[in-house]
Amino acid sequence: MMNVRLKEKIAFFFLFLCTLFIIVPVGMIVVLIIKKGLPALTWQFLTDVPRQGMRAGGIFPAIVGTVYLVTGAVVCALPIGLAAAIYLSEYAKDTLLNRIIKLAIVNLAGVPSVVYGLFGLALFVVWCRFGASILSGSLTLGIMILPIIITASREALEAVPHSFREVSLSLGASKWQTIRHIVLPNAIPGIITGVILGIGRAAGETAPILFTVAAFYLPKLPQSIFDQAMALPYHLYVISTQVPNVDEKIRYGTALVLLSLVLCVNLIAIVIRYRFRKQKKW
Amino acid sequence: MTKKITLRKLKEFIIEKLILLCGLASIFFVMLIFIFLLKEGLALFKTVKVSNFLLGKSWYPISEPPELGILPLILGSLLVTFGAAIISVPIGVACAVYIAEIAPGKVKEVLKAGIELLAAIPSVVLGFIGMVTLVPWVKKVFNLPTGLTALSGSIMLAFMAMPTIVSIAEDALYSVPRSYKEGAFALGATHWQTIWRLLLPAASSGILAAVMLGIGRVIGETMAVMMITGNSAVIPQTFLAPVRTLTATIAAEMGETVVGSEHYFALFAIGIVLFIISFVINVTADLFLHRKPK
Repeated sequence: MMNVRLKEKIAFFFLFLCTLFIIVPVGMIVVLIIKKGLPALTWQFLTDVPRQGMRAGGIFPAIVGTVYLVTGAVVCALPIGLAAAIYLSEYAKDTLLNRIIKLAIVNLAGVPSVVYGLFGLALFVVWCRFGASILSGSLTLGIMILPIIITASREALEAVPHSFREVSLSLGASKWQTIRHIVLPNAIPGIITGVILGIGRAAGETAPILFTVAAFYLPKLPQSIFDQAMALPYHLYVISTQVPNVDEKIRYGTALVLLSLVLCVNLIAIVIRYRFRKQKKW
Repeated sequence: MTKKITLRKLKEFIIEKLILLCGLASIFFVMLIFIFLLKEGLALFKTVKVSNFLLGKSWYPISEPPELGILPLILGSLLVTFGAAIISVPIGVACAVYIAEIAPGKVKEVLKAGIELLAAIPSVVLGFIGMVTLVPWVKKVFNLPTGLTALSGSIMLAFMAMPTIVSIAEDALYSVPRSYKEGAFALGATHWQTIWRLLLPAASSGILAAVMLGIGRVIGETMAVMMITGNSAVIPQTFLAPVRTLTATIAAEMGETVVGSEHYFALFAIGIVLFIISFVINVTADLFLHRKPK
């Protein structure tokens, strides 16, 4: 019989190895993109339009497009998502209806991103006649990040202690006054975290914007929400698969800009969450 | 005074109803997505039989007349998913055990941050990295004419499923009551024996849910797959040949179709298939996650 201590050591070593299998490539990917992308990052690259069929110039229109899309998505999703979270945490009782709502949220989060693209195409682009436009893309992305915002906001609201509500209600405040003046202010950091995670997701997704907004090559800035726009993730896809002979530097540079955008956004969310946890006195 | 109170009650009432309405929004959107997929997708079945669509062996949407059989695409998706599951399930669960049970405090935080980092990387970036690193590697190691194969796709997807599997399995391990573990230690079991014989079985339904959600993520993944599996719509024979998945087909072809054409309807019909698959996976996983512990 093998010594149990030895067996444990072997097992733990194996588990450690599996963990390295995941973590090491993550580090390598980030380092590789930074190392090869950094030389491309010049002021001109960030502020110029793409030139010579995207083989030279910069990526400014793609950055602007992504900022517009993400802003639009948050504007669409935040009011509905926050209200839905308030409903689930403050009003809902443990009924079948609420079980179904929770299941719907889980499903909404699990719908493949390309199916969101199809949906956006059928509903916003074709049926609503918005055409391929920032409006269609923002609405599609907004519905996609809705479950992220609902889940994070709900957790934040539920983390506010029950006694806060009881005190407020016992002082004669109505239910809505309690939510508005007591619960919401205390949940703000958690809600912001949710919004930021939604921003990160919306900024990085390609499939939902493929047929709803993305322009292959549009070297000018969009003028209205009914215009098509370039977007960073789609631009990276285009220059790495659709256009031959693009300088490797430009590809890595674009990947670096997209990656830093998404990671910075996530980092901010983590910092807010961390500081909030430390500050929390209850 | 009474007037003021009724006004306040009215305001309260309206706000409450508005909030309820938003609460129902998720149900509304899930239904809206399904309805619009059906609206565009079902039109296909006026001209093509369901069985010919699902089991047809060739996908030539732009030949005359078009052949719209998605069996090669279904098999492509299944093959890539199967490969990804074989790689990601054992490694992912092992990593979850390591993080939840073994890693000391500081290391644990670093590992968790690393997993979150991986979850945050956009799929198109991973696809790009796969193209420039993994694809040439597979080509060289297996001495193939092209590295754009089902194997490359499986490896990349396994990687992308990890954050889902690790974080949900980790939660499942944490939710095992502490007293179980203390009992095992008191009886003289080693840490590993406790993990293997007690924690893993006790957390099994949560781990199963983690695996299912990871697989759901893999089946729905689009950009990375489209960039590194080679996109050839033939019935796959081996892991070392190009395949095409359901998702990649939609993403690659929708841009070239005419709204209202048979090809357009067929791509929406594929969307219906994907929607149903993800629906079934999510509902089942949710049942596992909320199963009352015995």
